[in-house]
Amino acid sequence: MRPTVRSVRFTALFTLTALASTALAACGSGSGDDPDTVKVSFKQSTDNSIKVMDTYLADIKKQFEKANPGKKVELVPVKAPDSEYYTKLQQMLRSPKTAPDLVYEDTFLINSDITSGYLKPLDDYLAKWDDWDRFVDTAKAAATGEDGKTYGVPDGTDTRGLWFSKDVFAKAGLPADWQPKTWDEVLDAARTIKEKVPGVTPINVYTGKPAGEAATMQGFQMLLYGTDDGTEDPLYDKDGKKWITAGQGFEDSLAFVETVYEEKLGPEVSDALDPNFGTRVRGELLPQGKLGIALDGSWLPQDWLEGSGHEWPEWSKELGLAAMPTQNGQAPGRVSMSGGWTWAIPAKAGNPDLAFEFIKTMQTRANAQKWYVANSGIAVREDVANDPAYVEAQPGIEFFTDLVEVTHYRPAYPAYPKVSVAIQEAMEGVTTGDLSVEEAARGYDEALKEATDNQVVSK
Amino acid sequence: MTATAPRHAGPGVRREPASPAASGGRAGTVRRSLFRALPVSPAVVLLLLFLAGPIGYCVVIAFTDLQLTGQAESSFVGFENFTRAFRDEAFLNAVWLTLVFTVLSSLIGQNTLGLALASLMQRASKPVRTLTGGIVVTAWVLPEVVAGFLLYAFFRREGTLNAILDWLRLPSQNWLFTLPILAVSFANVWRGTAFSMLVYSAALNEIPKEVTEAAEVDGASGWRRMWHITLPMIRRSIGTNLMLNTLQTLSVFGLIWVMTRGGPSGKSQTLPLFMYEQAFQNSLIGYGTAVALLLLLIGSLFSVVYLRLLRTEF
Repeated sequence: MRPTVRSVRFTALFTLTALASTALAACGSGSGDDPDTVKVSFKQSTDNSIKVMDTYLADIKKQFEKANPGKKVELVPVKAPDSEYYTKLQQMLRSPKTAPDLVYEDTFLINSDITSGYLKPLDDYLAKWDDWDRFVDTAKAAATGEDGKTYGVPDGTDTRGLWFSKDVFAKAGLPADWQPKTWDEVLDAARTIKEKVPGVTPINVYTGKPAGEAATMQGFQMLLYGTDDGTEDPLYDKDGKKWITAGQGFEDSLAFVETVYEEKLGPEVSDALDPNFGTRVRGELLPQGKLGIALDGSWLPQDWLEGSGHEWPEWSKELGLAAMPTQNGQAPGRVSMSGGWTWAIPAKAGNPDLAFEFIKTMQTRANAQKWYVANSGIAVREDVANDPAYVEAQPGIEFFTDLVEVTHYRPAYPAYPKVSVAIQEAMEGVTTGDLSVEEAARGYDEALKEATDNQVVSK
Repeated sequence: MTATAPRHAGPGVRREPASPAASGGRAGTVRRSLFRALPVSPAVVLLLLFLAGPIGYCVVIAFTDLQLTGQAESSFVGFENFTRAFRDEAFLNAVWLTLVFTVLSSLIGQNTLGLALASLMQRASKPVRTLTGGIVVTAWVLPEVVAGFLLYAFFRREGTLNAILDWLRLPSQNWLFTLPILAVSFANVWRGTAFSMLVYSAALNEIPKEVTEAAEVDGASGWRRMWHITLPMIRRSIGTNLMLNTLQTLSVFGLIWVMTRGGPSGKSQTLPLFMYEQAFQNSLIGYGTAVALLLLLIGSLFSVVYLRLLRTEF
């Protein structure tokens, strides 16, 4: 059939209408379209066998819908590794059409997202919520913006310390209740293992860009925050709002990393700089007794739970725990770093009130406790932390909860992610031996100026 | 393409210049050509919307300081992203590595190996041909990420390559650490040779048997036949293949990401990885986009060179 003028016109019109309507339909999936549905975005594990968060949220959804008749919860999982989750979330938060009502935010990036105007201050809600007083101050601070307002409700934290293999320690003639007092005692233990237990990596300290934030936080900051007297933040001057250039503590921390790799107390440099090395530490080296000491996070047992693929229920008998000491044993003697995640409400959310109701349901005392236990998290609520049922729920919880007293939070301001990369680069330089400690520290100063628009100060 | 409207009047319209009737006729022609263009208009609209639109948007963003997070508002910064790139050692390093990677894996590796395999297969028996073809093509149809994992397993310290070297009593090493750019280049050759091989097999089959036979009778050696007959005759295929290979290689991301993540110390960080790091890890969308445009520029430079080569006679 020859196309007539009319049929052509019709086809064109039809096509255009169809196009326009699909385009509009694609935009219609935002949060504002239904005042009775609260959309909750969260990070789903990339490991299909791990369903901790899915199960927990499904339970809360049921409770919430029962308590609020007529209201609905829509869970919007984002299945991605950390760094890609942040990116995806930030893209969603940019527009009211895609912004959910509630998002799961890492404290690592929360300040950056606050500055972007992605999140809504929660102070008005928190003022009317009695449970907020139960949260410990350091955790509250982690979700506070530079404007002093609070933008998120923390759902737990983590701490870091030294895990050691009792078997390796026995072979090396080291005590089973090991608790080093200074950095030198840590290094000495590693040297002893190197000498007496061949075939075992004495100590692991994450380093370099491939390890990412693990290098900065589990590695470098666990050292840096243990230098000086521990009362001042060694990275960021809060009063002057300036980043601090590399001083003595910074160089000493780099020197510690250099010693570990130069004396071959750590893993082979090429292994340490393998992006998948963290997985091997948790899944292979520690369970098989091939690693003496691991400077690592409180969440490790999550990997050894039933159904995880590397089940290791006996870990609590085979591994010992020690706090990371300060450099020379100065007060308070121990050091730890904390991060964690918070629930935050996007600035462009359609149903913020309902979203806060959902937070309150998640944070009833019983639900909070259930969550900490399920994800090997450390409580940030005093009432839960003091509950014997929580403390006994898992070996190690008590140890890591005690570290909350001496823990530090990162200066997670907008420039932080770039500062973190600068730290990783400095570490990588001394790890490979390409840079001396001084060179790496000067390189850090340069990178710091670039990353912070020259907002730096020397101390 | 059928989309172009006829420039002259259709058969039914008489040409009557300067008469009042003509203007009506011309309007009719215009209307008619518009109607004829209508069926393709959805395609044009789609192309504008989904292809030209984003590209235009990218060009605009490249001149701003837009960030994914950490900033309330973005503003135009002129050429700052571009000048910054040329001051950035990591960028220059990435450009250099991109050239090394492209020359090693595409120009030399895939291209030459593909041609060699194709010519050898011309003479091979059918079972050998099928088997070789099958193996090579399998590497090609594997998704990039899967190929990346396979080669990661091959090159890593406890990997297959070192196991073989150990067995031969040769020194082993961590290839991904000591020679990362070579390892990823090899991976790209492994993965991409099939394409060249298929292109060249098709081209070689097109060469008339009489020509090669005549040369053989005249006593030309294998190399001379290759140089004076085969290569000139498949010149166009060489050009097309080089261009496609190069463009594909310039944009390789997944393979390198899986194997080395651009490390160690940026020793295998090609431009796509550098771009990703800037845009999504450092949140510098504006800078990352500027780098993307520079990558586009490099790609078009290669294309221009190949197109010129195609025109010159051997």
